[in-house]
Amino acid sequence: MNTSDSEEEVCNERTALVQTQSPTLPNYNRDPDMDLPEEVEPKRRHRMAGETSSPGQPTRPASGRESSTETDEEELTLKYGAKHVIMLFVPVTLCMVVVVATIKSVSFYTEKNGQQLIYTPFTEDTPSVGRRLLNSVLNTMIMISVIVVMTCFLVVLYKYRCYRFIHGWLILSSLMLLFWFSFMFLGEVFKTYNVAMDYPTLVMIIWNFGAVGMVCIHWKGPLQLQQAYLIAISALMALIFIKFLPEWSAWVILGAISVYDLIAVLCPKGPLRMLVETAQERNEPIFPALIYSSAMIWMVGMANPPAAAEPSNQDTDEEMLQSERGLLEQEGAGRESPSLRGIGRSYSAEEEFEEDRGIKLGLGDFIFYSVLVGKAAATGGDWNTTLACFVAILIGLCLTLLLLAIFKKALPALPISITFGLIFYFSTDNLVRPFMDSLAAHQFYI
Amino acid sequence: MTVAVFFGCAFIAFGPAFSLFIFTIAKDPLRVIILIAGAFFWLLSLLLSSLVWFIATKASNADDTSLQRGLLIFGVIFSVLLQEVFRYGYYRLLRKANEGLAAISEDDASSISVQQMAYVAGLGFGIMSGAFSMINILSDSLGPGTVGIFGDSQYYFITSALMTLALTLLHTFWGVVFFEGCEKRRWWVIGVVVMLHLIVSCLSLMNPLYSGSLPPVYAIMVLMAAWAFFSAGGSLATIKQLCSRGPGQDSVLLSSMR
Repeated sequence: MNTSDSEEEVCNERTALVQTQSPTLPNYNRDPDMDLPEEVEPKRRHRMAGETSSPGQPTRPASGRESSTETDEEELTLKYGAKHVIMLFVPVTLCMVVVVATIKSVSFYTEKNGQQLIYTPFTEDTPSVGRRLLNSVLNTMIMISVIVVMTCFLVVLYKYRCYRFIHGWLILSSLMLLFWFSFMFLGEVFKTYNVAMDYPTLVMIIWNFGAVGMVCIHWKGPLQLQQAYLIAISALMALIFIKFLPEWSAWVILGAISVYDLIAVLCPKGPLRMLVETAQERNEPIFPALIYSSAMIWMVGMANPPAAAEPSNQDTDEEMLQSERGLLEQEGAGRESPSLRGIGRSYSAEEEFEEDRGIKLGLGDFIFYSVLVGKAAATGGDWNTTLACFVAILIGLCLTLLLLAIFKKALPALPISITFGLIFYFSTDNLVRPFMDSLAAHQFYI
Repeated sequence: MTVAVFFGCAFIAFGPAFSLFIFTIAKDPLRVIILIAGAFFWLLSLLLSSLVWFIATKASNADDTSLQRGLLIFGVIFSVLLQEVFRYGYYRLLRKANEGLAAISEDDASSISVQQMAYVAGLGFGIMSGAFSMINILSDSLGPGTVGIFGDSQYYFITSALMTLALTLLHTFWGVVFFEGCEKRRWWVIGVVVMLHLIVSCLSLMNPLYSGSLPPVYAIMVLMAAWAFFSAGGSLATIKQLCSRGPGQDSVLLSSMR
């Protein structure tokens, strides 16, 4: 069974594709733990490549690998790359579809009744364009600084090992999402479709939904259920943003948050980068509650014999990284080696995540993609704009993953997609829409 | 109007494309990516052509309807040409990517052939083109209303759906033929494809005289289907095989085509 979360479990039949952390060849035949039948194929490659590491040394096979197997790994990388891109396309698409469907049918999320978040105190109800622009920029600055402060606070807490506080914070926020926001959502859906519902039934539905969600997200559960819940809470959060962020502020915030994401992940002193490096040093998983994990979790349980567990040869880091390029699905081995965790990551503005379980994407990315597409769907009745933003975001995600495969380090997932999305939103709304409308009116086809 | 028209037109316009997607593309991640990138390229071409049209209309007198109509026709022609340019650009990009994939794969052959990429790219163009033409009309058809109440044609929705279907399939066939022409360096093929695209768009200029636009477009589509079939390696022999073989043996046929 594929389970989520961070427990070490025995590997399943998929470990054949995974380059294991077994000791070098002269030893492995004698070690019954290592000699699993599925590993014969990768071992054959080792033999063909030639074994150059010394027998007694429990190094990773990576250090003994030659360039021929590295090309295999490169090809493996790209082969798995396409699959991983699709593994991310599907949840991102689902989240966007949920948000767009809700926006188009439930009018609650597009009604503006003057309520705003406290993070965006300046109103946009002013007559002059300049004032409105100024207010939206101010709102953005406040929002971004709130996010920066929260992220830095999180990093500080993590550095000083206040895990309980962080867990409590995460549990509180997911409680709010799973219970309160979903209650609101359900209420609005019932209102829209005029469904009569009594409180006891509603309480039971919300209780079950929320409780199972808490268990799945924070503890253990079937992988697909966890993914579904993560998509659901991202969609709910995106809907809240769409409702409560004023028009222009929302667009400026989207732009600013991509810039922030870029800085936070790539700059040496960026909070997210520091967070990841700290997690790397400590060899710990980062909170699963904030990360969407796409791959099957097959764990290389047999790679955990305590004797071979501590790789202290930091000089082989680079080779290990190179060997693990192709091992996007490998998970368990990351437990031992800090360096193995450094395999290409994508980031979000608010959350961090790692890729030793296939591709991972932070929930913040889901949220902001959906906010962009949802706002495109909310303003005006034009489906072309929504479709264009959708395609633009998917292509941006594709490019980001391509860069990930090339650079093999943590990358922000927001900038490229949001940039494309914004460009396509504004140009489709202002340029393509009149053109297509005129064509449709005359029934001309291009 | 209402749901019946919505579903009818949706299935007419998107049914074949959707089935093609489900049966031939959805299982292979690389093809899905190529499809979406193809849609993106079409979108880029549309963006640029709309920009040009927008500038032209803003620079001209908005009240002169015949001038606006003329500008729209100019926009159509320019857009068609730009789409073909972007199709060529996409071909170049795919060739480079294919070489890259082949270079790093184990047996020096990439997992996807140029013909398959041509088909997927053409379908990507077609799906995006169809979606952009049809989706707003579909969403309008869900709501209440009377078609043609001001004297326009009653058959607006169904003819739109039929035209969209034709164009989607045409884009697919043009993709196959175009890439084949580029591969074999037969530039006349590219010229013919561009010409046919222009002809199809100009035929649509005759709307709402549907008898003047739809049958010729479908005739062109059938011709293009035959051309693409033979260009992709099919022959009368394979058609006979297709007819004589039972349902479980189609995979053999598929694998025999390059």
